[in-house]
Amino acid sequence: MVIVYLLVAIGVLVCALQAIRTSRLLMAALWLAGCSALVALMMYLLGAPQVAVIELSVGAGLVTVLFVFAINIAGEEVMDLRSLLPRPLAVVAVVAVLALLGWIMVPVFNLKPPEIQSGRFFTAIWEERAVDMLLQIVIIFAGVLAMLGLLAEGAPPHTPHEE
Amino acid sequence: MQWSFPMIVIVVVLGLLGIGFYGLLIVRNLIKVVVALQVLAKGAMLALVLAGELAGQIYIGDSMAITLIVADTIVAVIGLALAVQVRRHIGSLDIGHLSKLRR
Repeated sequence: MVIVYLLVAIGVLVCALQAIRTSRLLMAALWLAGCSALVALMMYLLGAPQVAVIELSVGAGLVTVLFVFAINIAGEEVMDLRSLLPRPLAVVAVVAVLALLGWIMVPVFNLKPPEIQSGRFFTAIWEERAVDMLLQIVIIFAGVLAMLGLLAEGAPPHTPHEE
Repeated sequence: MQWSFPMIVIVVVLGLLGIGFYGLLIVRNLIKVVVALQVLAKGAMLALVLAGELAGQIYIGDSMAITLIVADTIVAVIGLALAVQVRRHIGSLDIGHLSKLRR
């Protein structure tokens, strides 16, 4: 079984790396969709099927459609290959951040086996995290309004009535 | 060393966070910036689910991961809409062309 886990893990990392490295935007969106689907599979294997289903439908489905839509409107653009920061500096920064994160995460393995809390997903999400749900509704509403405002065509210039 | 599933997931979380951060530091295309943000958010999402699993509070971790999925999707939507508008007004997706205060 560990072999399966390792294969999924390698697949996630390869897809994410390709999504960053590829120069074509459409290919980047497709690699990101693959990464999202494999992350959903990993969540399912971790024992969180509800999150896996939402991640698969939203992350691999909706977001990919949005990317293709945006790339279709904005168009592919050939960029010069200069990176924003010098690559060695970026690598050093990433390694420093990962070392710090790894150092913080090491105590996780010394945790005692937890008592599994009884309860249901429904109770957790609607009663214990009610504020989160309210915030999600507000965020979705704000996001839809912002997108409508941003994607709206500019109003035609005002022309005085000819009399 | 015996590999357990949580250990593999932690390596994936660190890998996704590292790749997303690296992408944010080097890419110049606005749409690729949103891709890098998505990769970063996937790492955080997996970390939340794993934390819920390891702490024995599975459902709390799950509900926080769902909140993150919603927020992340809205960030992608607004980022892409901004990219489209930038392309319409400036004619380029290169973030190097965005600042008029340079030099």
